[in-house]
Amino acid sequence: MTTTHVGEPVLSFEEALAAYDPVMGLEVHVELNTATKMFCGCATTFGAEPNSQVCPVCLGLPGALPVVNEKGVESAIRIGLALNCEIASWCRFARKNYFYPDMPKNFQTSQYDEPISFDGHLDVELSDGSTYRVEIERAHMEEDTGKSLHVGGSTGRIHGADHSLVDYNRAGIPLIEIVTKPMLGAGEQAPEVARAYVSALRDLLKALGVSDVRMEQGSMRCDVNLSLMPKGSTTLGTRSETKNVNSLRSVERAVRYEVGRHAAVLASGRRVVQETRHWHEDTGITTSGREKSDAEDYRYFPEPDLVPVAPSRETVEALRATLPENPATRRKRLQSDWGYSDLEMRDVVNAGLVELIEETVAAGATPAGARKWWSGEVARRANTEAQDVVTYAASLGVTPAHVVELEELVTSGRLNDSMARQVWEGVLDGEGSPTAVADARGLQLVRDDGALEAAVDEVIAANPDVAQKIRDGKVQAVGALIGQVMKATKGQADAGQARTVILERLGVS
Amino acid sequence: MTAVPTDPTRLTAAEMADALATGAISSAELTQAHLDRTAAVDDAVHAYLHVDADGAIAAARAVDARRAAREPLHPLAGVPVAVKDVMATKGLPTTCGSRILEGWVPPYDATLVTRLREAGMPILGKTNMDEFAMGSSTEHSAYGPTHNPWDLDRIPGGSGGGSSSVVASYQAPLAIGTDTGGSIRQPAAVTGTVGVKPTYGGVSRYGLVALASSLDQAGPCTRTVLDAALLHDVIGGHDPMDSTSIDAPVPPVVEAARRADVSGLRIGIVRELTGEGFQPGVQQRFDEAVALLVERGARVVEVSCPSFAYALAAYYLILPSEASSNLAKFDAMRYGLRVGPPEVAHPSAEQVMAATRDAGFGPEVKRRIILGTYALSSGYYDAYYGTAQKVRRLIADDFARAFETADVLASPTAPTTAFRLGDKLDDPMAMYLNDIATIPANLAGVPGISVPSGLAPEDGLPTGIQFLAPATEDERLYAAGAALEAALTDRWGGPLLASAPDLAPQGA
Ligand SMILES: [Zn+2]
Repeated sequence: MTTTHVGEPVLSFEEALAAYDPVMGLEVHVELNTATKMFCGCATTFGAEPNSQVCPVCLGLPGALPVVNEKGVESAIRIGLALNCEIASWCRFARKNYFYPDMPKNFQTSQYDEPISFDGHLDVELSDGSTYRVEIERAHMEEDTGKSLHVGGSTGRIHGADHSLVDYNRAGIPLIEIVTKPMLGAGEQAPEVARAYVSALRDLLKALGVSDVRMEQGSMRCDVNLSLMPKGSTTLGTRSETKNVNSLRSVERAVRYEVGRHAAVLASGRRVVQETRHWHEDTGITTSGREKSDAEDYRYFPEPDLVPVAPSRETVEALRATLPENPATRRKRLQSDWGYSDLEMRDVVNAGLVELIEETVAAGATPAGARKWWSGEVARRANTEAQDVVTYAASLGVTPAHVVELEELVTSGRLNDSMARQVWEGVLDGEGSPTAVADARGLQLVRDDGALEAAVDEVIAANPDVAQKIRDGKVQAVGALIGQVMKATKGQADAGQARTVILERLGVS
Repeated sequence: MTAVPTDPTRLTAAEMADALATGAISSAELTQAHLDRTAAVDDAVHAYLHVDADGAIAAARAVDARRAAREPLHPLAGVPVAVKDVMATKGLPTTCGSRILEGWVPPYDATLVTRLREAGMPILGKTNMDEFAMGSSTEHSAYGPTHNPWDLDRIPGGSGGGSSSVVASYQAPLAIGTDTGGSIRQPAAVTGTVGVKPTYGGVSRYGLVALASSLDQAGPCTRTVLDAALLHDVIGGHDPMDSTSIDAPVPPVVEAARRADVSGLRIGIVRELTGEGFQPGVQQRFDEAVALLVERGARVVEVSCPSFAYALAAYYLILPSEASSNLAKFDAMRYGLRVGPPEVAHPSAEQVMAATRDAGFGPEVKRRIILGTYALSSGYYDAYYGTAQKVRRLIADDFARAFETADVLASPTAPTTAFRLGDKLDDPMAMYLNDIATIPANLAGVPGISVPSGLAPEDGLPTGIQFLAPATEDERLYAAGAALEAALTDRWGGPLLASAPDLAPQGA
């Protein structure tokens, strides 16, 4: 069965915004990078052989019981603290009951009315320099489900499939669900706010070291809830829940699309249906999933197989002390320390070079040098190999120390800039350290005054007309002679030095 | 040296341990004697769902070899044991008395099973039970009822009628039961045996197929109080695999059972659990038992636990609620029965789940799943589950108050002696009332023991007395139980079970 997704009518974003204010709510699921699952000792390695990381507990075998992963709780508390949340002094897990083939117990161990952290916020920066405060409703702990693979049929979806295979390796992996309060007042910046929030959250979680936050691998997943309020109204509209919007760009696009779709529905006098919607990356539209009524009843009740989680104030404060600097603050601090322009800083951040540059500067390089060497040829090659610079450089064995060494070769006067570029290419080609490459390639500015003077004399003798012009006061003609000297010395002379010697010889200095 | 017994199955577990230690008998001989007994009587009793003759003999021989090699052994090493079919046993079928788990062989052992194996105790087999431990008569087993060894036309109690009956009919000296609302104690009472529900968290639940997680507790089913203590000592203690397990050593139960001392012990008679609703012979034997303990130095105080009146109602909301969620995992996706819906060519996973649950669960299980699903539904949660939890709190408060003036509480274990098979099958409320005296202990998490108190004059069937103690004070149960047992054995000139009919007069 081939499915073509027919888009629904949409109003243009501008038309929609003229009449309505968008209200968003984002639910982000983050897989923690703990070594073991939330309630058992199974490994959590991504991409392992199906059903190779399972045990009686995460398979939901009769009689098996969960035990809470303390590391998971710690990560949850650190996330809550980083999001400026209150941390519950006592909370419980709850069972969320519903039947689903890839959920071994047919209930998900989650949290309901007693989340580990609640009432926080995250400030995100927008491109116009303004800041939008995203209020956090809660961040709670839960476990992931298994993963179904539908075999047969053409779409990979359950409809039309012959049978389904279930991989329970993911079942029981710790998740934190971070839920925002309704985000109002963003207006036309709503799509950007959504993207900036998910991006800031990703940076924060990465800095905390609690998750791989790889959206493409599903370790960070985003659901976008959206509704429209007629301008001037304060009554929230009916929302749609767009599931699995799994890239920053898609988050922005999905918000934009849903704004237009909702507006078209409302403008035609119809009602928005409360439903879950599927996001289609390829076409950039959403299609209707299952209708979701408020009658959906998960029969939550406190998980009787687990004891309450009751972190002491001392534990919470000790975890607070482990929080890294907020990524946005840190970025500002580094930009100022390094003297980068906004554009330069953005490029460095987007290229994922901040840590590498920080290390390189710490090793003794100048901030400008560190940026120049890491973002030039290395970045180009990494891009060709479809790798990020850090991984690529590590795979080549190229380190911050190499950059420092290269810079020293330039400042000591041994290499000029173009020679340094050649040396760096040699380093990237695996020919050894900058000094070793320079030695092997015989790269060295000419410092032997005798050799330089000889070359200058030769060039003057060979170009008497030019020499005479210079003697007559047309000093700018010296460039032609410098070029000849450089050629004669195969580029190893220092151009400035060559100029001095020529002018001396011609008696115009 | 202990003399070689003519029928070793008649010994107590403590005596068997002595005979094994002195070399008077081997574990292989002892285990074989029990398997022979089962072959002779279990067609009539139907206490076992699965007998593991080969595994038990192999384990017995292994212990005998270790003993011959003079390796250090556990005191109960070589004494065989039966296990209720609700405990996961690696390599041995585990059905919970349900069709939905027919043929399931667990790939892992429950923690207490591991402890039995590590102690060198051969596992004879898996005992019959009401389906998923829901019942008080074993009639709700999908594999047919167990018959009371005292009268084969009567129920052996439930849900653990299999475990009480293997012990009462000398098919095993020891058995593991589980008690969610009385499933160890009530069968013990109606079969003239001893049953203990330890403090909640005293014995690991890891591998116990959950009925109601906050109420379930595994414990010993035996013929004497000392045997119960010895078994309790093997299976008890902290288990990191069970978050609700108590992180403390096993209470000194064996020592208490050996001392059997009640001098100065204050016995609280629970006003709400005597008199009306209790069969006259049951009440009479209870009163006599209390009088005997007073002769031995105990004091009697009367206590009132007014909230016990709501215990049954709260229990029948909490249990089905938890059970409806615990039993959701039986969905044909990974193990157990799988039934396709009739006349559906390409059924969906959901259709297979529904058809399997329809075919695999019996009516009592379905009744409780529906009750629990309803009680947890949004809009009803506060009124039902929420209120039941409040009642639970009140019951715990009642216990706390009662234990200010009494060291142990006492009541008849069950309101009646064993009724006839089929008598209450169509009347769930009458069936539920069997557990009226046992349920409060589960709601509060406190330990309880049932000890034989005699035979009811009107029907000649066994009656039981229950003692309850504060949480983690399990040894008090053993002190009171062992003292009463000693006094009654003196009075009767032997154990109560000596007057049970011999089920196989030509055999053994
Ligand atoms: Zn596992």
